[in-house]
Amino acid sequence: MSGRLPVNLIIGAVLVALVVGVAALSLVWTPHDHAAMTIRNRFQPADATFWLGTDQLGRDIVSQLMVAARNSMTVALVAVLIGGSIGVMFGLLASALGGWVEDLIMRVADIGFAFPALLFAIMLSAVFGPSLTIAVAAIAFINIPVFARVSRASANQIWTRDFVAAARAAGHGRFAISRDHILPNIAAPVIVQGTIEFAVAILAEAALSYLGLGAQPPSPSWGRMLSEAQTLMFMAPHLAIYPGMCIVIAVLGFSLLGDGLRDITDPRLKRRRA
Amino acid sequence: MAYFLIRRTIGFVLTLLTVSVVVFAVMNILPGDPALTILGIEASEQALENLRRQLGLNDPVHIRYLNWIGAALQGDFGTSHSFRVPVSELIVERLPLTVSLAISGMVVTIILALVLGVGAAANHGKPGDWGVMFLAQIGIAVPSFWLSILLILLFAVTLGWLPPGGFPGWSDPVGAVRALIMPTAALALVQGAVLARVTRSSALEVMRLDYVRTARASGFSRQRVLWRHVLPNALVPIVTIVGLQFASLVTGTIVIENVFSLPGLGRLIFQSISNRDLPTVQALVMLFAAIVVTVNFIVDVIYVFIDPRLKART
Repeated sequence: MSGRLPVNLIIGAVLVALVVGVAALSLVWTPHDHAAMTIRNRFQPADATFWLGTDQLGRDIVSQLMVAARNSMTVALVAVLIGGSIGVMFGLLASALGGWVEDLIMRVADIGFAFPALLFAIMLSAVFGPSLTIAVAAIAFINIPVFARVSRASANQIWTRDFVAAARAAGHGRFAISRDHILPNIAAPVIVQGTIEFAVAILAEAALSYLGLGAQPPSPSWGRMLSEAQTLMFMAPHLAIYPGMCIVIAVLGFSLLGDGLRDITDPRLKRRRA
Repeated sequence: MAYFLIRRTIGFVLTLLTVSVVVFAVMNILPGDPALTILGIEASEQALENLRRQLGLNDPVHIRYLNWIGAALQGDFGTSHSFRVPVSELIVERLPLTVSLAISGMVVTIILALVLGVGAAANHGKPGDWGVMFLAQIGIAVPSFWLSILLILLFAVTLGWLPPGGFPGWSDPVGAVRALIMPTAALALVQGAVLARVTRSSALEVMRLDYVRTARASGFSRQRVLWRHVLPNALVPIVTIVGLQFASLVTGTIVIENVFSLPGLGRLIFQSISNRDLPTVQALVMLFAAIVVTVNFIVDVIYVFIDPRLKART
Protein backbone atom coordinates (compact mmCIF):
# COMPACT_ATOMS: atom_id res chain seq x y z
CA MET A 1 0.00 0.00 0.00
CA SER A 2 2.95 2.29 -0.51
CA GLY A 3 2.73 5.31 -2.75
CA ARG A 4 -0.21 7.44 -3.73
CA LEU A 5 -3.81 6.47 -3.16
CA PRO A 6 -5.74 5.82 -6.37
CA VAL A 7 -7.56 8.85 -7.79
CA ASN A 8 -10.92 7.04 -7.90
CA LEU A 9 -10.62 6.28 -4.18
CA ILE A 10 -10.07 9.94 -3.32
CA ILE A 11 -12.86 11.30 -5.56
CA GLY A 12 -15.20 8.54 -4.40
CA ALA A 13 -14.46 9.21 -0.72
CA VAL A 14 -15.06 12.96 -1.16
CA LEU A 15 -18.40 12.42 -2.93
CA VAL A 16 -19.52 9.80 -0.40
CA ALA A 17 -18.54 12.10 2.49
CA LEU A 18 -20.55 14.90 0.86
CA VAL A 19 -23.70 12.79 0.41
CA VAL A 20 -23.50 11.08 3.79
CA GLY A 21 -22.68 14.43 5.44
CA VAL A 22 -25.72 16.11 3.88
CA ALA A 23 -27.90 13.14 4.80
CA ALA A 24 -26.68 13.29 8.42
CA LEU A 25 -27.10 17.07 8.53
CA SER A 26 -30.75 16.69 7.46
CA LEU A 27 -31.37 14.91 10.76
CA VAL A 28 -30.71 18.09 12.71
CA TRP A 29 -31.05 20.93 10.20
CA THR A 30 -32.59 21.76 6.83
CA PRO A 31 -32.97 25.31 5.47
CA HIS A 32 -36.76 24.97 5.65
CA ASP A 33 -39.27 22.36 6.76
CA HIS A 34 -39.08 19.97 3.81
CA ALA A 35 -42.81 19.23 3.94
CA ALA A 36 -44.07 22.76 4.55
CA MET A 37 -46.35 23.73 1.66
CA THR A 38 -46.91 27.38 0.89
CA ILE A 39 -48.96 27.66 -2.26
CA ARG A 40 -48.14 31.37 -2.46
CA ASN A 41 -44.47 30.39 -2.92
CA ARG A 42 -44.98 27.77 -5.62
CA PHE A 43 -42.44 27.58 -8.49
CA GLN A 44 -40.15 30.18 -6.88
CA PRO A 45 -36.87 30.58 -8.74
CA ALA A 46 -33.61 30.06 -6.86
CA ASP A 47 -32.84 32.96 -4.52
CA ALA A 48 -31.36 33.71 -1.09
CA THR A 49 -34.33 32.17 0.76
CA PHE A 50 -34.96 29.13 -1.45
CA TRP A 51 -31.48 28.19 -2.73
CA LEU A 52 -32.76 26.02 -5.56
CA GLY A 53 -36.31 27.38 -5.65
CA THR A 54 -39.57 25.66 -4.75
CA ASP A 55 -41.78 22.99 -6.32
CA GLN A 56 -45.43 22.92 -7.40
CA LEU A 57 -46.62 23.00 -3.79
CA GLY A 58 -44.20 25.67 -2.64
CA ARG A 59 -41.92 23.22 -0.82
CA ASP A 60 -38.23 24.06 -0.57
CA ILE A 61 -36.20 21.95 -3.01
CA VAL A 62 -32.93 21.94 -1.06
CA SER A 63 -34.64 20.68 2.10
CA GLN A 64 -36.42 17.95 0.15
CA LEU A 65 -33.19 16.85 -1.55
CA MET A 66 -31.46 16.64 1.84
CA VAL A 67 -34.16 14.51 3.45
CA ALA A 68 -34.31 12.39 0.28
CA ALA A 69 -30.54 11.80 0.62
CA ARG A 70 -31.11 10.48 4.14
CA ASN A 71 -33.95 8.23 2.97
CA SER A 72 -31.91 6.91 0.08
CA MET A 73 -28.89 6.16 2.30
CA THR A 74 -31.10 4.42 4.85
CA VAL A 75 -32.74 2.20 2.23
CA ALA A 76 -29.39 1.28 0.67
CA LEU A 77 -27.78 0.62 4.05
CA VAL A 78 -30.58 -1.59 5.36
CA ALA A 79 -30.96 -3.49 2.08
CA VAL A 80 -27.23 -4.12 1.60
CA LEU A 81 -26.74 -5.07 5.27
CA ILE A 82 -29.62 -7.58 5.25
CA GLY A 83 -28.86 -9.03 1.82
CA GLY A 84 -25.12 -8.98 2.51
CA SER A 85 -25.34 -10.77 5.86
CA ILE A 86 -27.60 -13.50 4.51
CA GLY A 87 -25.47 -13.84 1.39
CA VAL A 88 -22.19 -14.05 3.31
CA MET A 89 -23.73 -16.63 5.63
CA PHE A 90 -24.67 -18.82 2.68
CA GLY A 91 -21.29 -18.26 1.05
CA LEU A 92 -19.45 -19.32 4.23
CA LEU A 93 -21.73 -22.31 4.63
CA ALA A 94 -21.16 -23.41 1.03
CA SER A 95 -17.43 -23.07 1.40
CA ALA A 96 -17.28 -24.80 4.80
CA LEU A 97 -19.38 -27.81 3.84
CA GLY A 98 -18.46 -28.25 0.19
CA GLY A 99 -19.90 -31.15 -1.75
CA TRP A 100 -23.56 -31.19 -2.67
CA VAL A 101 -24.44 -28.43 -0.18
CA GLU A 102 -22.06 -26.08 -1.95
CA ASP A 103 -23.43 -27.12 -5.35
CA LEU A 104 -26.98 -26.61 -4.21
CA ILE A 105 -26.35 -23.18 -2.66
CA MET A 106 -24.49 -21.95 -5.71
CA ARG A 107 -27.14 -23.27 -8.11
CA VAL A 108 -29.85 -21.49 -6.14
CA ALA A 109 -27.71 -18.35 -6.19
CA ASP A 110 -27.51 -18.64 -9.99
CA ILE A 111 -31.28 -18.74 -10.11
CA GLY A 112 -31.43 -15.64 -7.94
CA PHE A 113 -29.68 -13.77 -10.75
CA ALA A 114 -32.70 -14.44 -13.00
CA PHE A 115 -34.69 -11.99 -10.87
CA PRO A 116 -33.71 -8.37 -11.30
CA ALA A 117 -34.74 -6.27 -8.27
CA LEU A 118 -37.46 -4.65 -10.35
CA LEU A 119 -39.19 -7.95 -11.17
CA PHE A 120 -39.09 -8.97 -7.54
CA ALA A 121 -40.46 -5.60 -6.43
CA ILE A 122 -43.21 -5.89 -9.06
CA MET A 123 -44.27 -9.32 -7.74
CA LEU A 124 -44.30 -8.19 -4.10
CA SER A 125 -46.06 -4.92 -4.91
CA ALA A 126 -48.77 -6.72 -6.85
CA VAL A 127 -49.46 -8.93 -3.84
CA PHE A 128 -49.02 -6.50 -0.93
CA GLY A 129 -49.40 -3.10 -2.56
CA PRO A 130 -46.34 -0.90 -3.14
CA SER A 131 -44.33 0.38 -0.17
CA LEU A 132 -40.80 1.32 0.81
CA THR A 133 -40.49 -1.91 2.81
CA ILE A 134 -41.06 -3.90 -0.35
CA ALA A 135 -38.42 -1.89 -2.20
CA VAL A 136 -35.95 -2.65 0.61
CA ALA A 137 -36.89 -6.35 0.57
CA ALA A 138 -36.45 -6.57 -3.20
CA ILE A 139 -33.05 -4.85 -3.15
CA ALA A 140 -31.92 -6.97 -0.19
CA PHE A 141 -33.05 -10.12 -1.96
CA ILE A 142 -31.00 -9.53 -5.11
CA ASN A 143 -27.96 -8.87 -2.92
CA ILE A 144 -28.06 -12.36 -1.40
CA PRO A 145 -26.69 -14.29 -4.42
CA VAL A 146 -24.14 -11.54 -5.14
CA PHE A 147 -22.63 -11.79 -1.68
CA ALA A 148 -22.95 -15.57 -1.56
CA ARG A 149 -20.79 -15.78 -4.68
CA VAL A 150 -18.14 -13.31 -3.57
CA SER A 151 -17.79 -14.71 -0.07
CA ARG A 152 -17.71 -18.33 -1.20
CA ALA A 153 -15.02 -17.64 -3.82
CA SER A 154 -12.88 -15.76 -1.28
CA ALA A 155 -13.54 -18.29 1.49
CA ASN A 156 -12.50 -21.19 -0.73
CA GLN A 157 -9.10 -19.53 -1.13
CA ILE A 158 -8.68 -19.05 2.61
CA TRP A 159 -9.60 -22.68 3.34
CA THR A 160 -6.46 -23.80 1.50
CA ARG A 161 -4.17 -21.73 3.77
CA ASP A 162 -1.84 -23.30 6.31
CA PHE A 163 -3.28 -21.49 9.32
CA VAL A 164 -6.69 -22.98 8.55
CA ALA A 165 -5.14 -26.45 8.30
CA ALA A 166 -3.49 -25.75 11.66
CA ALA A 167 -6.80 -24.75 13.21
CA ARG A 168 -8.41 -27.91 11.87
CA ALA A 169 -5.57 -30.02 13.23
CA ALA A 170 -6.09 -28.31 16.60
CA GLY A 171 -9.59 -29.73 16.54
CA HIS A 172 -11.65 -26.65 15.68
CA GLY A 173 -14.91 -27.37 13.87
CA ARG A 174 -15.86 -26.09 10.43
CA PHE A 175 -18.28 -23.49 11.76
CA ALA A 176 -15.89 -22.19 14.42
CA ILE A 177 -13.17 -21.85 11.78
CA SER A 178 -15.59 -20.09 9.43
CA ARG A 179 -16.44 -17.60 12.15
CA ASP A 180 -12.99 -17.05 13.68
CA HIS A 181 -10.65 -17.40 10.73
CA ILE A 182 -12.46 -17.30 7.40
CA LEU A 183 -14.82 -14.39 8.04
CA PRO A 184 -12.13 -11.88 9.13
CA ASN A 185 -10.04 -12.85 6.12
CA ILE A 186 -12.76 -12.34 3.54
CA ALA A 187 -13.79 -8.98 5.02
CA ALA A 188 -11.90 -6.96 2.41
CA PRO A 189 -13.57 -8.34 -0.74
CA VAL A 190 -16.95 -8.34 1.02
CA ILE A 191 -16.60 -4.68 2.00
CA VAL A 192 -15.51 -3.78 -1.55
CA GLN A 193 -18.55 -5.57 -2.93
CA GLY A 194 -20.75 -3.93 -0.31
CA THR A 195 -19.62 -0.46 -1.39
CA ILE A 196 -20.36 -1.23 -5.03
CA GLU A 197 -23.72 -2.78 -4.14
CA PHE A 198 -24.49 0.36 -2.15
CA ALA A 199 -24.30 2.30 -5.41
CA VAL A 200 -26.49 -0.27 -7.14
CA ALA A 201 -29.00 -0.06 -4.28
CA ILE A 202 -29.24 3.74 -4.51
CA LEU A 203 -29.93 3.44 -8.24
CA ALA A 204 -32.50 0.69 -7.66
CA GLU A 205 -34.31 2.65 -4.93
CA ALA A 206 -34.46 5.71 -7.16
CA ALA A 207 -35.88 3.66 -10.06
CA LEU A 208 -38.44 1.91 -7.85
CA SER A 209 -39.54 5.19 -6.27
CA TYR A 210 -39.75 6.80 -9.71
CA LEU A 211 -42.06 3.98 -10.80
CA GLY A 212 -44.16 4.32 -7.64
CA LEU A 213 -42.97 1.07 -6.09
CA GLY A 214 -40.70 2.64 -3.48
CA ALA A 215 -41.01 5.66 -1.19
CA GLN A 216 -44.65 6.74 -0.92
CA PRO A 217 -45.74 10.36 -0.45
CA PRO A 218 -45.08 12.42 1.60
CA SER A 219 -41.66 10.84 2.22
CA PRO A 220 -39.24 12.68 -0.11
CA SER A 221 -37.24 10.58 -2.53
CA TRP A 222 -35.07 11.59 -5.48
CA GLY A 223 -36.81 9.09 -7.72
CA ARG A 224 -40.29 10.26 -6.79
CA MET A 225 -39.33 13.93 -7.12
CA LEU A 226 -38.31 13.12 -10.70
CA SER A 227 -41.57 11.38 -11.52
CA GLU A 228 -43.51 14.38 -10.17
CA ALA A 229 -41.24 16.76 -12.05
CA GLN A 230 -41.83 14.91 -15.31
CA THR A 231 -45.49 15.92 -15.31
CA LEU A 232 -44.47 19.59 -14.88
CA MET A 233 -41.67 19.65 -17.42
CA PHE A 234 -43.16 22.38 -19.58
CA MET A 235 -43.81 24.66 -16.57
CA ALA A 236 -40.79 24.01 -14.38
CA PRO A 237 -37.98 22.14 -16.15
CA HIS A 238 -35.53 22.89 -13.31
CA LEU A 239 -37.42 20.49 -11.02
CA ALA A 240 -36.30 17.62 -13.25
CA ILE A 241 -32.61 18.51 -12.96
CA TYR A 242 -31.51 18.56 -9.31
CA PRO A 243 -32.79 15.18 -8.03
CA GLY A 244 -31.09 13.45 -10.97
CA MET A 245 -27.82 15.20 -10.20
CA CYS A 246 -28.06 14.01 -6.59
CA ILE A 247 -28.55 10.41 -7.75
CA VAL A 248 -25.54 10.65 -10.07
CA ILE A 249 -23.31 12.14 -7.34
CA ALA A 250 -24.30 9.47 -4.81
CA VAL A 251 -24.00 6.52 -7.22
CA LEU A 252 -20.75 7.81 -8.71
CA GLY A 253 -19.31 8.34 -5.22
CA PHE A 254 -20.01 4.84 -3.96
CA SER A 255 -18.97 3.07 -7.16
CA LEU A 256 -15.69 5.05 -7.37
CA LEU A 257 -15.04 4.37 -3.70
CA GLY A 258 -15.69 0.65 -4.26
CA ASP A 259 -13.37 0.55 -7.29
CA GLY A 260 -10.70 2.42 -5.35
CA LEU A 261 -10.97 0.11 -2.36
CA ARG A 262 -10.65 -2.88 -4.67
CA ASP A 263 -7.54 -1.38 -6.24
CA ILE A 264 -5.78 -1.07 -2.89
CA THR A 265 -6.98 -4.38 -1.40
CA ASP A 266 -6.62 -6.73 -4.36
CA PRO A 267 -2.93 -7.56 -4.81
CA ARG A 268 -3.56 -9.12 -8.22
CA LEU A 269 -4.68 -5.80 -9.64
CA LYS A 270 -1.86 -3.93 -7.97
CA ARG A 271 0.73 -6.07 -9.68
CA ARG A 272 -0.95 -5.49 -13.01
CA ARG A 273 -0.99 -1.74 -12.50
CA ALA A 274 2.68 -1.56 -11.64
CA MET B 1 -18.86 -30.83 -26.20
CA ALA B 2 -22.10 -32.81 -26.53
CA TYR B 3 -21.79 -33.64 -22.84
CA PHE B 4 -21.42 -29.97 -21.99
CA LEU B 5 -24.47 -29.01 -24.06
CA ILE B 6 -26.64 -31.72 -22.51
CA ARG B 7 -25.58 -30.69 -19.00
CA ARG B 8 -26.29 -27.04 -19.73
CA THR B 9 -29.67 -27.88 -21.23
CA ILE B 10 -30.72 -29.90 -18.19
CA GLY B 11 -29.54 -27.05 -15.95
CA PHE B 12 -31.52 -24.58 -18.07
CA VAL B 13 -34.75 -26.58 -17.78
CA LEU B 14 -34.28 -27.01 -14.02
CA THR B 15 -33.65 -23.27 -13.61
CA LEU B 16 -36.81 -22.43 -15.54
CA LEU B 17 -38.82 -24.83 -13.39
CA THR B 18 -37.41 -23.38 -10.17
CA VAL B 19 -38.09 -19.84 -11.36
CA SER B 20 -41.70 -20.80 -12.14
CA VAL B 21 -42.08 -22.29 -8.66
CA VAL B 22 -40.70 -19.11 -7.07
CA VAL B 23 -42.97 -16.86 -9.13
CA PHE B 24 -45.97 -19.02 -8.36
CA ALA B 25 -45.11 -19.22 -4.67
CA VAL B 26 -44.63 -15.49 -4.22
CA MET B 27 -47.80 -14.66 -6.13
CA ASN B 28 -49.97 -17.32 -4.45
CA ILE B 29 -48.78 -18.75 -1.16
CA LEU B 30 -47.87 -15.52 0.58
CA PRO B 31 -50.54 -14.57 3.11
CA GLY B 32 -53.59 -12.92 1.69
CA ASP B 33 -56.57 -14.07 -0.33
CA PRO B 34 -56.06 -13.30 -4.05
CA ALA B 35 -59.81 -13.04 -4.48
CA LEU B 36 -59.90 -10.44 -1.70
CA THR B 37 -56.94 -8.63 -3.26
CA ILE B 38 -58.69 -8.49 -6.62
CA LEU B 39 -62.19 -7.56 -5.46
CA GLY B 40 -61.28 -5.42 -2.46
CA ILE B 41 -62.56 -5.68 1.11
CA GLU B 42 -66.02 -4.38 0.29
CA ALA B 43 -66.79 -7.45 -1.86
CA SER B 44 -69.54 -9.83 -0.75
CA GLU B 45 -68.72 -13.33 0.47
CA GLN B 46 -70.67 -14.79 -2.47
CA ALA B 47 -68.65 -12.84 -5.04
CA LEU B 48 -65.43 -13.87 -3.33
CA GLU B 49 -66.44 -17.50 -3.35
CA ASN B 50 -67.37 -17.35 -7.05
CA LEU B 51 -64.06 -15.78 -7.98
CA ARG B 52 -62.18 -18.33 -5.86
CA ARG B 53 -63.91 -21.12 -7.73
CA GLN B 54 -63.26 -19.44 -11.08
CA LEU B 55 -59.54 -19.04 -10.26
CA GLY B 56 -59.37 -22.60 -8.95
CA LEU B 57 -58.25 -21.29 -5.55
CA ASN B 58 -60.05 -24.10 -3.72
CA ASP B 59 -57.72 -26.74 -5.23
CA PRO B 60 -54.60 -27.77 -3.30
CA VAL B 61 -51.56 -25.62 -3.99
CA HIS B 62 -49.56 -28.14 -6.00
CA ILE B 63 -52.54 -28.86 -8.28
CA ARG B 64 -52.94 -25.13 -8.89
CA TYR B 65 -49.26 -24.84 -9.76
CA LEU B 66 -49.41 -27.77 -12.18
CA ASN B 67 -52.57 -26.39 -13.80
CA TRP B 68 -50.92 -23.01 -14.22
CA ILE B 69 -47.62 -24.25 -15.63
CA GLY B 70 -49.33 -26.82 -17.84
CA ALA B 71 -51.62 -24.22 -19.35
CA ALA B 72 -48.76 -21.71 -19.67
CA LEU B 73 -46.71 -24.22 -21.66
CA GLN B 74 -49.58 -24.34 -24.13
CA GLY B 75 -49.67 -20.54 -24.34
CA ASP B 76 -52.61 -20.09 -21.98
CA PHE B 77 -51.77 -17.63 -19.21
CA GLY B 78 -55.27 -17.31 -17.82
CA THR B 79 -57.63 -14.39 -18.09
CA SER B 80 -56.86 -10.81 -17.18
CA HIS B 81 -59.31 -9.40 -14.61
CA SER B 82 -59.00 -5.82 -15.65
CA PHE B 83 -59.06 -6.27 -19.43
CA ARG B 84 -61.36 -9.31 -19.38
CA VAL B 85 -59.46 -10.98 -22.24
CA PRO B 86 -56.92 -13.81 -22.23
CA VAL B 87 -53.52 -12.64 -20.91
CA SER B 88 -51.86 -14.23 -23.96
CA GLU B 89 -53.83 -11.85 -26.18
CA LEU B 90 -52.57 -8.85 -24.21
CA ILE B 91 -49.02 -10.17 -24.49
CA VAL B 92 -49.19 -10.82 -28.24
CA GLU B 93 -50.57 -7.33 -28.77
CA ARG B 94 -47.76 -5.61 -26.87
CA LEU B 95 -44.82 -7.91 -27.49
CA PRO B 96 -43.68 -6.38 -30.82
CA LEU B 97 -43.12 -2.98 -29.24
CA THR B 98 -41.14 -4.35 -26.28
CA VAL B 99 -39.06 -6.65 -28.48
CA SER B 100 -38.33 -3.84 -30.94
CA LEU B 101 -37.23 -1.59 -28.12
CA ALA B 102 -35.07 -4.30 -26.52
CA ILE B 103 -33.42 -5.29 -29.80
CA SER B 104 -32.79 -1.75 -31.02
CA GLY B 105 -31.45 -0.92 -27.55
CA MET B 106 -29.13 -3.92 -27.57
CA VAL B 107 -27.87 -3.29 -31.12
CA VAL B 108 -27.12 0.38 -30.49
CA THR B 109 -25.51 -0.58 -27.16
CA ILE B 110 -23.18 -3.07 -28.82
CA ILE B 111 -22.22 -0.77 -31.69
CA LEU B 112 -21.62 2.12 -29.29
CA ALA B 113 -19.59 -0.03 -26.90
CA LEU B 114 -17.42 -1.66 -29.59
CA VAL B 115 -16.62 1.61 -31.35
CA LEU B 116 -15.93 3.53 -28.12
CA GLY B 117 -14.21 0.64 -26.34
CA VAL B 118 -11.88 -0.38 -29.18
CA GLY B 119 -11.32 3.27 -30.04
CA ALA B 120 -10.31 4.02 -26.44
CA ALA B 121 -8.01 0.99 -26.32
CA ALA B 122 -6.34 2.04 -29.58
CA ASN B 123 -5.69 5.47 -28.09
CA HIS B 124 -4.63 4.11 -24.72
CA GLY B 125 -3.51 6.86 -22.36
CA LYS B 126 -4.42 9.67 -24.77
CA PRO B 127 -7.23 12.25 -24.32
CA GLY B 128 -9.65 10.15 -26.39
CA ASP B 129 -9.20 7.24 -24.00
CA TRP B 130 -9.69 9.49 -20.96
CA GLY B 131 -12.79 10.99 -22.53
CA VAL B 132 -14.37 7.58 -23.12
CA MET B 133 -13.46 6.38 -19.63
CA PHE B 134 -14.90 9.54 -18.09
CA LEU B 135 -18.16 9.22 -20.03
CA ALA B 136 -18.41 5.52 -19.19
CA GLN B 137 -17.92 6.25 -15.49
CA ILE B 138 -20.65 8.91 -15.54
CA GLY B 139 -22.89 6.72 -17.70
CA ILE B 140 -22.85 3.97 -15.10
CA ALA B 141 -24.12 6.40 -12.47
CA VAL B 142 -26.88 8.00 -14.56
CA PRO B 143 -30.29 6.38 -14.10
CA SER B 144 -31.90 5.64 -17.46
CA PHE B 145 -35.15 7.32 -16.44
CA TRP B 146 -33.36 10.58 -15.62
CA LEU B 147 -31.44 10.45 -18.89
CA SER B 148 -34.82 9.97 -20.59
CA ILE B 149 -36.22 13.03 -18.84
CA LEU B 150 -33.20 15.09 -19.90
CA LEU B 151 -33.60 13.89 -23.50
CA ILE B 152 -37.29 14.80 -23.40
CA LEU B 153 -36.41 18.24 -21.97
CA LEU B 154 -33.94 18.86 -24.79
CA PHE B 155 -35.45 17.22 -27.86
CA ALA B 156 -39.17 17.46 -27.11
CA VAL B 157 -39.72 20.43 -24.78
CA THR B 158 -36.98 22.79 -25.96
CA LEU B 159 -36.28 21.84 -29.59
CA GLY B 160 -39.59 20.15 -30.41
CA TRP B 161 -37.90 17.64 -32.77
CA LEU B 162 -39.31 14.46 -31.26
CA PRO B 163 -42.52 13.53 -29.44
CA PRO B 164 -42.18 13.56 -25.62
CA GLY B 165 -43.76 10.11 -25.35
CA GLY B 166 -46.60 7.90 -26.50
CA PHE B 167 -46.75 5.63 -29.51
CA PRO B 168 -48.76 6.17 -32.72
CA GLY B 169 -48.90 2.47 -33.64
CA TRP B 170 -47.13 0.48 -36.34
CA SER B 171 -49.50 1.68 -39.08
CA ASP B 172 -47.55 4.94 -38.95
CA PRO B 173 -43.99 3.67 -39.49
CA VAL B 174 -42.31 7.09 -39.47
CA GLY B 175 -44.10 8.08 -36.29
CA ALA B 176 -43.28 4.71 -34.71
CA VAL B 177 -39.57 5.11 -35.44
CA ARG B 178 -39.60 8.70 -34.19
CA ALA B 179 -41.29 7.55 -30.99
CA LEU B 180 -38.59 4.92 -30.45
CA ILE B 181 -35.52 7.13 -31.02
CA MET B 182 -35.29 8.64 -27.53
CA PRO B 183 -36.23 5.41 -25.67
CA THR B 184 -33.55 3.52 -27.61
CA ALA B 185 -30.97 6.21 -26.96
CA ALA B 186 -31.75 6.29 -23.22
CA LEU B 187 -31.44 2.52 -23.00
CA ALA B 188 -28.29 2.26 -25.12
CA LEU B 189 -26.31 5.14 -23.61
CA VAL B 190 -26.55 3.72 -20.09
CA GLN B 191 -25.96 0.10 -21.09
CA GLY B 192 -23.26 1.09 -23.57
CA ALA B 193 -21.26 2.81 -20.86
CA VAL B 194 -20.81 -0.45 -18.94
CA LEU B 195 -20.02 -2.44 -22.06
CA ALA B 196 -17.56 0.12 -23.42
CA ARG B 197 -15.46 -0.23 -20.28
CA VAL B 198 -15.34 -4.00 -20.61
CA THR B 199 -14.57 -3.79 -24.32
CA ARG B 200 -11.72 -1.36 -23.68
CA SER B 201 -10.02 -3.43 -20.98
CA SER B 202 -10.53 -6.66 -22.90
CA ALA B 203 -9.09 -5.14 -26.08
CA LEU B 204 -6.14 -3.74 -24.09
CA GLU B 205 -5.28 -7.21 -22.79
CA VAL B 206 -5.33 -8.70 -26.28
CA MET B 207 -3.30 -5.84 -27.75
CA ARG B 208 -0.41 -6.73 -25.45
CA LEU B 209 -0.15 -10.22 -26.91
CA ASP B 210 2.69 -11.20 -29.21
CA TYR B 211 0.64 -12.14 -32.23
CA VAL B 212 -0.80 -8.64 -32.43
CA ARG B 213 2.72 -7.25 -32.67
CA THR B 214 3.53 -9.91 -35.28
CA ALA B 215 0.48 -8.95 -37.30
CA ARG B 216 1.45 -5.28 -37.19
CA ALA B 217 5.07 -6.14 -38.04
CA SER B 218 4.02 -8.19 -41.06
CA GLY B 219 2.50 -5.06 -42.51
CA PHE B 220 -1.21 -5.23 -41.73
CA SER B 221 -2.71 -1.81 -41.18
CA ARG B 222 -3.51 -0.62 -37.70
CA GLN B 223 -7.26 -0.62 -38.39
CA ARG B 224 -7.18 -4.13 -39.86
CA VAL B 225 -5.29 -5.54 -36.91
CA LEU B 226 -7.65 -3.80 -34.53
CA TRP B 227 -10.90 -5.08 -36.04
CA ARG B 228 -9.77 -8.40 -37.49
CA HIS B 229 -7.26 -9.63 -34.93
CA VAL B 230 -7.83 -7.83 -31.65
CA LEU B 231 -11.62 -7.62 -31.50
CA PRO B 232 -12.50 -11.28 -32.22
CA ASN B 233 -10.13 -12.39 -29.51
CA ALA B 234 -11.44 -9.83 -27.08
CA LEU B 235 -15.01 -11.03 -27.55
CA VAL B 236 -15.35 -13.63 -24.77
CA PRO B 237 -15.59 -11.20 -21.83
CA ILE B 238 -17.69 -8.87 -23.97
CA VAL B 239 -20.24 -11.61 -24.70
CA THR B 240 -20.32 -12.49 -21.00
CA ILE B 241 -21.21 -8.95 -20.06
CA VAL B 242 -23.76 -8.68 -22.88
CA GLY B 243 -25.44 -11.78 -21.42
CA LEU B 244 -25.34 -10.44 -17.87
CA GLN B 245 -26.54 -7.06 -19.08
CA PHE B 246 -29.55 -8.60 -20.72
CA ALA B 247 -31.25 -8.79 -17.33
CA SER B 248 -30.72 -5.09 -16.81
CA LEU B 249 -31.79 -4.42 -20.39
CA VAL B 250 -35.07 -6.20 -19.68
CA THR B 251 -35.66 -4.14 -16.53
CA GLY B 252 -34.46 -1.10 -18.44
CA THR B 253 -37.14 -1.73 -21.05
CA ILE B 254 -39.82 -1.93 -18.36
CA VAL B 255 -38.66 1.38 -16.88
CA ILE B 256 -38.24 3.15 -20.22
CA GLU B 257 -41.68 2.10 -21.47
CA ASN B 258 -43.15 3.74 -18.40
CA VAL B 259 -41.09 6.91 -18.82
CA PHE B 260 -42.22 7.36 -22.43
CA SER B 261 -45.73 5.87 -21.97
CA LEU B 262 -45.04 3.23 -24.62
CA PRO B 263 -47.80 0.61 -24.68
CA GLY B 264 -45.54 -2.46 -24.33
CA LEU B 265 -45.25 -5.27 -21.80
CA GLY B 266 -43.50 -3.06 -19.24
CA ARG B 267 -46.37 -0.58 -19.28
CA LEU B 268 -48.85 -3.47 -19.06
CA ILE B 269 -47.15 -4.83 -15.93
CA PHE B 270 -47.61 -1.50 -14.16
CA GLN B 271 -51.20 -1.09 -15.29
CA SER B 272 -51.82 -4.60 -13.97
CA ILE B 273 -50.30 -3.73 -10.58
CA SER B 274 -52.59 -0.72 -10.18
CA ASN B 275 -55.55 -2.81 -11.39
CA ARG B 276 -54.69 -5.61 -8.93
CA ASP B 277 -54.67 -7.90 -11.95
CA LEU B 278 -52.63 -10.75 -10.42
CA PRO B 279 -52.85 -13.34 -13.24
CA THR B 280 -51.44 -10.80 -15.69
CA VAL B 281 -48.63 -9.75 -13.35
CA GLN B 282 -47.79 -13.40 -12.68
CA ALA B 283 -47.66 -14.23 -16.39
CA LEU B 284 -45.55 -11.19 -17.23
CA VAL B 285 -43.05 -11.68 -14.39
CA MET B 286 -42.68 -15.31 -15.45
CA LEU B 287 -42.21 -14.23 -19.06
CA PHE B 288 -39.54 -11.66 -18.21
CA ALA B 289 -37.68 -14.06 -15.89
CA ALA B 290 -37.85 -16.79 -18.56
CA ILE B 291 -36.37 -14.39 -21.12
CA VAL B 292 -33.46 -13.59 -18.78
CA VAL B 293 -32.79 -17.27 -18.06
CA THR B 294 -33.03 -18.22 -21.73
CA VAL B 295 -30.64 -15.50 -22.84
CA ASN B 296 -28.12 -16.56 -20.18
CA PHE B 297 -28.38 -20.11 -21.45
CA ILE B 298 -27.83 -19.01 -25.05
CA VAL B 299 -24.79 -16.97 -23.98
CA ASP B 300 -23.34 -20.03 -22.25
CA VAL B 301 -23.74 -22.05 -25.42
CA ILE B 302 -22.28 -19.29 -27.58
CA TYR B 303 -19.13 -19.35 -25.41
CA VAL B 304 -18.33 -22.82 -26.55
CA PHE B 305 -18.43 -21.68 -30.13
CA ILE B 306 -16.39 -18.52 -29.78
CA ASP B 307 -13.78 -19.81 -27.34
CA PRO B 308 -11.86 -22.68 -28.94
CA ARG B 309 -10.16 -23.47 -25.62
CA LEU B 310 -13.54 -24.28 -24.07
CA LYS B 311 -14.44 -26.44 -27.05
CA ALA B 312 -11.30 -28.51 -26.64
CA ARG B 313 -11.85 -28.98 -22.93
CA THR B 314 -15.45 -30.13 -23.05
